[in-house]
Amino acid sequence: MSVLVYTESDQGKFKKAALEAASYGKAVAEAMGTNLVALTFNANDASELGTYGVEKVLNVNTVSVFNAKIYADIIRQASEKEAATVVILSASADSRYIAPLLAVGLKAGYASNVVAAPSSLSPFVVKRTAFTNKAFCNTEISTAVKIIGVSNNSFGLVENMTTTQLEDFSPNLVNSSTKVTSVDKASDKVSIADAEVVVSAGRGLKGPENWGMVEELADVLGAATACSKPVSDLGWRPHSEHVGQTGKPVATNLYIAIGISGAIQHLAGINSSKVKVVINTDPEAPFFKAADYGIVGDAFEVVPQLIEKLKIFKAQN
Amino acid sequence: MKLLVCISHVPDTTSKINFTEGDTKFDTNGVQYVINPNDEFGLTRAMWFKEKQNATVDVISVGGPETEPTLRKALAIGADAAIRVNAEAIDGHTVATYLAAAAKEGTYDLIIAGRESIDYNGGMVPGMLAAMLDANFVTNCISLEIEGTNATAVREIDGGKETVSTVLPLVIGGQKGLVEESDLRIPNMRGIMMARKKPLIVVEPTTETSETHSVSFEKPAPRGAVKLVEADNIDELINLLHNEAKVI
Repeated sequence: MSVLVYTESDQGKFKKAALEAASYGKAVAEAMGTNLVALTFNANDASELGTYGVEKVLNVNTVSVFNAKIYADIIRQASEKEAATVVILSASADSRYIAPLLAVGLKAGYASNVVAAPSSLSPFVVKRTAFTNKAFCNTEISTAVKIIGVSNNSFGLVENMTTTQLEDFSPNLVNSSTKVTSVDKASDKVSIADAEVVVSAGRGLKGPENWGMVEELADVLGAATACSKPVSDLGWRPHSEHVGQTGKPVATNLYIAIGISGAIQHLAGINSSKVKVVINTDPEAPFFKAADYGIVGDAFEVVPQLIEKLKIFKAQN
Repeated sequence: MKLLVCISHVPDTTSKINFTEGDTKFDTNGVQYVINPNDEFGLTRAMWFKEKQNATVDVISVGGPETEPTLRKALAIGADAAIRVNAEAIDGHTVATYLAAAAKEGTYDLIIAGRESIDYNGGMVPGMLAAMLDANFVTNCISLEIEGTNATAVREIDGGKETVSTVLPLVIGGQKGLVEESDLRIPNMRGIMMARKKPLIVVEPTTETSETHSVSFEKPAPRGAVKLVEADNIDELINLLHNEAKVI
């Protein structure tokens, strides 16, 4: 018996979401009185996982390009080799792509968007978000093997220094007729999925030429930039920045909304962010009802000041 | 080319979400239902395949008779025929199993489902369906072109996008980008009249195979009122974010 966590890396470096998944896995393994094993692909320094309680790492060096079907089958093989009864993945785009394929391969029940450690092991019950963050659903997984997708920034990083044993793992590779032909990814920018802070702006900014200050604020905070649906529909910003129900989901520690009124579809997409700050000229904007902190004011006056003050703050802290 | 579009019948975003029977069941009272937004982008893309590449388009949903108006809407938008699997959608695995059985029956070249539904947000049906059918699979799909049996799809990844080439049979987890919001269609009177005459076939489910179920629901704790900071007191905002919220 064991708990297996798939720890995703990007160019050899573990994603924060992967370390969070490992922290979650450790909590489950401890509750079950068993070991935590991680599966990695091409990791530079797999021993880093020892910080989060991973006792054994299976590292795969024989696959260089991501393919959901092949990855899912490798995780299945690792799960069977380690006799894993719980398999943990993060909420990254790739992990969400893999998990349902893995669930069928392992004949395992799968709960996604899980926000807390299991409330009970027998029956096995986890809490997940549902109704686009308007509710939580306590879900029982009734299969022998269980798959959990952990939401970003929900369980958090929990250090648990452990000696890690490294092992090279050479799985069989299944065939796939799906091939990646090109990747278009900005390497110098923080992605919305990986960000701990997101700075988002709406139509209140009046035009795409005014986004300089949004980008500067994001820079100061090490944040990703995002936008509301009207802004992406108008073509002021790329669709990939659209957050909300039909755009990207956001679950950050801090979400700053500038000139966004707060339509229900927008709020649904960003609601699981922990702390929300709104800056808007209209005190009646619905966003003020959903936010923790608010400034009623003109973004063109408030944001430049905020940038200056944050620069001073960052220099001192 | 034969297409199947999977349609989830979901509460409209503006609906109040409540629970009943001791917070164990979703309260359907006063809830407006719509085609799941992620499915609607796929349905519209399917209409283009129908109009430009002579595809036939069936739509399918799992649910009781109450889901039929949603399927009729899809027919009014232009789908050729609808299938309703007469069963409760207990979990993603059950739905995927029912859909897989119907999909095998219809031998479809391309199946488009939404990347996730806006009610249970599982994000598992398209992938499970692909695995059960041993079909190729691309999720978070924002562009799709088919030529013969070859497909080119663009998938959103964290921080960007990637282009993949694959072949039919193919299952797509669709979202906005397959078509734009402005491309979505509102059924016109002629479409609504025609939809009445189109076949809506009710099939009984195969064996139920649920692996998970909802035990109970909770609503998030009510949030406190927003703390307002004066526009000329930015230091106070930074202080609150640093010392109170501890996020910077």
